[in-house]
Amino acid sequence: MSTETPPGTPFPSGTFTPDPGIGSRARMLAVHTRTETLLALRHSEQLLLTLVIPLALLVGLTLLRGLVDLPDPRVNAALGTVLALAMMSTGFTSQAIALGFDRRYGLMRRLAATAIPRWLVITGRLGGMAAVVLIQVVVLGGVGLLLGWRPEAAAIGWALLLVVLGAAAFGACGLLLGGAVRADLVLVIANVVWFVLLFVGGIVVPADQLPGGLGAVVELLPSGALAEGLRAVLLGGTPGVSHVVVLVVWGVVAGLVAARTLRWD
Amino acid sequence: MGTTPAVEVRDLVVRYGETTAVDHLDLDLHHGRVLALLGPNGAGKTTTVEVCEGFRERTSGSVRVLGADPTGAPEALRARMGVMPQGGGAYPMVRVREMLDLVAACSARPLDTGWLVRTLGLDSCARLPYKRLSGGQQQRLSLACAVVGRPELVFLDEPTASLDPQGRHLVWDLVRSLRADGVAVLLTTHLMQEAEALADDVVIVDHGRVVAAGSPDELTATGSERRMRFRAAPGMNLALLDEVLPEGHASSEGPPGQYTIEGDIDPQVLAAVTAWCARQGVLADEVRVGRRSLEDVFLDLTGRELRS
Repeated sequence: MSTETPPGTPFPSGTFTPDPGIGSRARMLAVHTRTETLLALRHSEQLLLTLVIPLALLVGLTLLRGLVDLPDPRVNAALGTVLALAMMSTGFTSQAIALGFDRRYGLMRRLAATAIPRWLVITGRLGGMAAVVLIQVVVLGGVGLLLGWRPEAAAIGWALLLVVLGAAAFGACGLLLGGAVRADLVLVIANVVWFVLLFVGGIVVPADQLPGGLGAVVELLPSGALAEGLRAVLLGGTPGVSHVVVLVVWGVVAGLVAARTLRWD
Repeated sequence: MGTTPAVEVRDLVVRYGETTAVDHLDLDLHHGRVLALLGPNGAGKTTTVEVCEGFRERTSGSVRVLGADPTGAPEALRARMGVMPQGGGAYPMVRVREMLDLVAACSARPLDTGWLVRTLGLDSCARLPYKRLSGGQQQRLSLACAVVGRPELVFLDEPTASLDPQGRHLVWDLVRSLRADGVAVLLTTHLMQEAEALADDVVIVDHGRVVAAGSPDELTATGSERRMRFRAAPGMNLALLDEVLPEGHASSEGPPGQYTIEGDIDPQVLAAVTAWCARQGVLADEVRVGRRSLEDVFLDLTGRELRS
């Protein structure tokens, strides 16, 4: 065999002359986050979950008085409800399903073979999630304003803190589920959990309206803690210490377990 | 780089529980050369490659990749090599260019991704999500991801599986260009033709063991008394043919109507065979004189039974 470039090749001599090097971390993170965000926004089922259903619920809960018993002003309480739902949709269900299928299609193996560090792969996923959360907060908050929500500075500050803690707690649970279980199973579990927590997890129906001792249990779940906390602050109060503690504990514990169980194949 | 091999494997053993996937395997790959790991399914090819990439732990033996131990696939080493995993890998909903841009962003001085997409014929499916691409398109994207970072060493696991002939030749062109530009290429294949066309060195593995190693020329020359083949009417009486052949030659019928003469085939033997056929009133068709193909070597060494 000769060492010359074969004739008729579309690859000019010198095209592949080795010149390797690790790319800049900032650029890796930027491109990865952009890709994640783009994919989340392009996926119609994810959009249904993250934006359409929360929006419909915001309008419904605010305008249809018979639906659920909510304190006045209804729009403030409804906004708390749908922000909690939006965090669960994005952080948990959407993230878990996306990760489960990304793994099935060999993405993690593909990325593991590049120079991107593993922590950065996770950071990029969380970055994409944060971008979606930002869009949700802006859209839901904007529609809330149209429906008559009059925000106060303190309420906004508390609400943003809870949104961040909630997204982190649900995001850690989403990475835990999506990173460890078969994709088709992730799909079932993530949807069932979403549905159950929506109705009896303290999101649509407040904890104190749930039957029996369910309310006390629900306040220990990230769904209950986040929804109760958000409704409290948007109605002019402060979040209970327990709400904050519950969210932090879920986030830290699920995050630590996910770091151990996340599979790269 | 000097004469240090890009990949040096000595006495590699990989066991999964009771199963021995790789059994005392040695190989050397130098810069600017192509090494083909050739073997039937389940021979241990992918396991060997994954150990060299640093994604699989070895049980024993030594492995040096670009002068370093690849265990744990350290970032600095990953940056210098390009990997095409078997079956590719991407986000199911991602588009070709987006995926390639993401992989390119991991490298300091990547190739122009737009050019690579066009050259590999992927611009026609630019707007389709990855999961809607054909197997061949996914393969070509995976190959693009393996070379986009200008690596020194490229691992290609079954690079032409599920490609059509045009796609296969494009990949072969690319591998030859990598080699000409000084890149070391380690590829696995079960296609003899591919190993013969591309490789400087072929390592034939079976049951995790090296059963033969050398250049395609060396492998096809070893033990090869030359042979002659032809087609004619089935069921001829070969005892009569053997009478007219010189000492040391033997004839046989493989599939009905396909005959092989083993021995030193010179013009006299050739003439004797065709004349004998003519006397039988049959035409010796598709007469071929040649050495064994790599496929013959491969099948002789690994057996002829089918593997799943």
